[in-house]
Amino acid sequence: MNPVQVAGVWKFYGDFPALRDVGFEVQPGACMALLGRNGAGKTTLLRIVAGLARPTRGSVSVCGAESRDRASRHSIGVLGHGISLYDELSAFENLHLFGRIYGLAEPKRAATEWLERTGLARVRDGLVREFSRGMRQRLAVARAFLHEPSVLLLDEPFTALDDRAIALLQTLLRDALAGGRTIVISTHQLREALALATHVALLVRGRLAHTGERTAEMLEDTGWLYRHYGEA
Amino acid sequence: MRQKIMLAMTGIAALLLARNLYVMLLVLPDEKHQNAAYRIMFFHVPDAWTAFLCFLAAMIASVLYLVKNDLRYDGFAASITEVGLVFGAANLVTGMIWGRVIWGVWWAWDVRLTTMLVGWLMYAGYLMLRRAIEEPTERAKMSAVVSIFAFADVPIIFFSIRWWRNQQHPPPADLPPEWWAALFMNWIPLLLLAGVFLMIRMEQERIERQLNGLRRTVHAF
Amino acid sequence: MAVPALRGSVRFLRQSLTIASKDLRSELRTKEALNASVAFALVILLLFSFAFEPTEVETRQISGGLLWLVFAFAGALILNRSFARELANDCLDALVAAPISGAALFLGKALANLALLLAVELVCLPVFGVFYNVPWTLQFWPLMLVVLLGTWGLTVVGTMFSALTVNLRLRELMLPMLVYPIMVPGLLAAVQLTTPLVMGQPLAGDLIPWLRLLIAFDVIFTALALALVETVLVR
Repeated sequence: MNPVQVAGVWKFYGDFPALRDVGFEVQPGACMALLGRNGAGKTTLLRIVAGLARPTRGSVSVCGAESRDRASRHSIGVLGHGISLYDELSAFENLHLFGRIYGLAEPKRAATEWLERTGLARVRDGLVREFSRGMRQRLAVARAFLHEPSVLLLDEPFTALDDRAIALLQTLLRDALAGGRTIVISTHQLREALALATHVALLVRGRLAHTGERTAEMLEDTGWLYRHYGEA
Repeated sequence: MRQKIMLAMTGIAALLLARNLYVMLLVLPDEKHQNAAYRIMFFHVPDAWTAFLCFLAAMIASVLYLVKNDLRYDGFAASITEVGLVFGAANLVTGMIWGRVIWGVWWAWDVRLTTMLVGWLMYAGYLMLRRAIEEPTERAKMSAVVSIFAFADVPIIFFSIRWWRNQQHPPPADLPPEWWAALFMNWIPLLLLAGVFLMIRMEQERIERQLNGLRRTVHAF
Repeated sequence: MAVPALRGSVRFLRQSLTIASKDLRSELRTKEALNASVAFALVILLLFSFAFEPTEVETRQISGGLLWLVFAFAGALILNRSFARELANDCLDALVAAPISGAALFLGKALANLALLLAVELVCLPVFGVFYNVPWTLQFWPLMLVVLLGTWGLTVVGTMFSALTVNLRLRELMLPMLVYPIMVPGLLAAVQLTTPLVMGQPLAGDLIPWLRLLIAFDVIFTALALALVETVLVR
């Protein structure tokens, strides 16, 4: 049973098919780069896997459970476009909150630990609204990794990050992969994503045009995939 | 085929209305206390029955939509709610006219009219909500929830207002039998008209769904 | 079996309380909605006094209506904020993706809203007593019970529709439009109970049917909200 299994997923908005018969699996320890143009359906697909939306047809299972089940939501860490943190709460309070929601045994300890790992220990009692952008992004990464999820879903994670945050995220992701976790990254930033990726999937107008291993050619020539399987 | 059915229904409704008007105006005698005016009741009461049935059907369709996720149920729910609002408005207007004639006031906070007014406001809110949500699946889901809340409230509203006000409507049990016959006879053409309105609206909803799907498809390519 | 069900209920309550305390902490730090609500309530109390110039006797006779209108209008400001505060930074997504049921999230927010609304109301009552020169504490505890039950009804319906309208442009307009008609029986019952209690009548006899109606209203809409909120939150 692979950590991420998507089968026959269709998503309709009214009569418009945003996703058409999408199916793929991601093995443990694999990092899948989900590529595609704007509007191809990457965000929609990720949201469905994350349990934020329901597929019109088809099924999604994460770590053996349906994507809206409690069991699967425990195992998922999500890093979306927004930082998903409360401006009026402090860094520590934010992490502590999510620690409690995720049912961690020692939420305070986990929060403190992750503040250190992301270099935010000094500002643990500072309110998020006073943070710089880079600090907010690092805290968002801490929130996503806090509960040690086995599956990480990241939607365009490198887009708004500064160098320090990118380096941090890459380190954390590499460690996660080494530890057998599973990652799905949707991205435009081909270079950073392809460097990490072990597999790729290309969405073209809601349909999966290609899935497979990430080859050396793809890494060298970032447009390769689009030319061969998508539109130019 | 649809056209023929709709024309047939309208035709039958028109015939029945004509026959009923004849009966109401010429055959039935004037009532003791209210003279000629009571005849408006034959429209006023079935309007309420029709509206109530429409809102009940809307709730059922809403539940079915949430269970089955088929947008056709949503189209039905929206259309029949609109039809219900039309008949509800007719009920309110005929009620106000009747009240003016026999009580001298346009509005007397009578139980049934007040209940219909509150219900009307709820379902008008339902339509306003629909207008505010563009995406069809979201719109269907949210309006389904509102429709369920609204209909669950209808009996509660009725009882609360009844406790608040003494009954001013004549209680139905006092009506002579030939009146009941006339009420039901007039309900039939109203139901037929409701059916015709419903069919027209549902066709509009279906076309709009198709257009929306096509529009998004075109934009995505 | 009994044990998992018990554990599940404990977790449900614990998560609800986590959300409730988060909302309260957040609101108490900025006090935006709270201040606006209290200010609005005081202004309405003042305006009614100018508009109607009621005598003390008249005021007592309309006290229920006056107070609940103030509570309903001022309360809308707080209820609107309820799910709207989750929109900034995409917090709502993180909560929906987390292993917390929609019902627990809803209940937590409803409890926080209840606390905030009660706070506003408990400020309004003495102000009302002072401005209008009306002694309102004659049946204090029964009045508190009615305020609690009526506010819970308003909170449950308002929080539910806050979730429903959260993504709408015209949220501030749609929320009252949807909530107030639905609230009619609940508010009516609350008003019918409050006026006699302010005038000093005990909570008995004629008033009991209204109390039952209010409780039934609360129970029915709490159940409906808990059942349907998950549908509203997951796209």
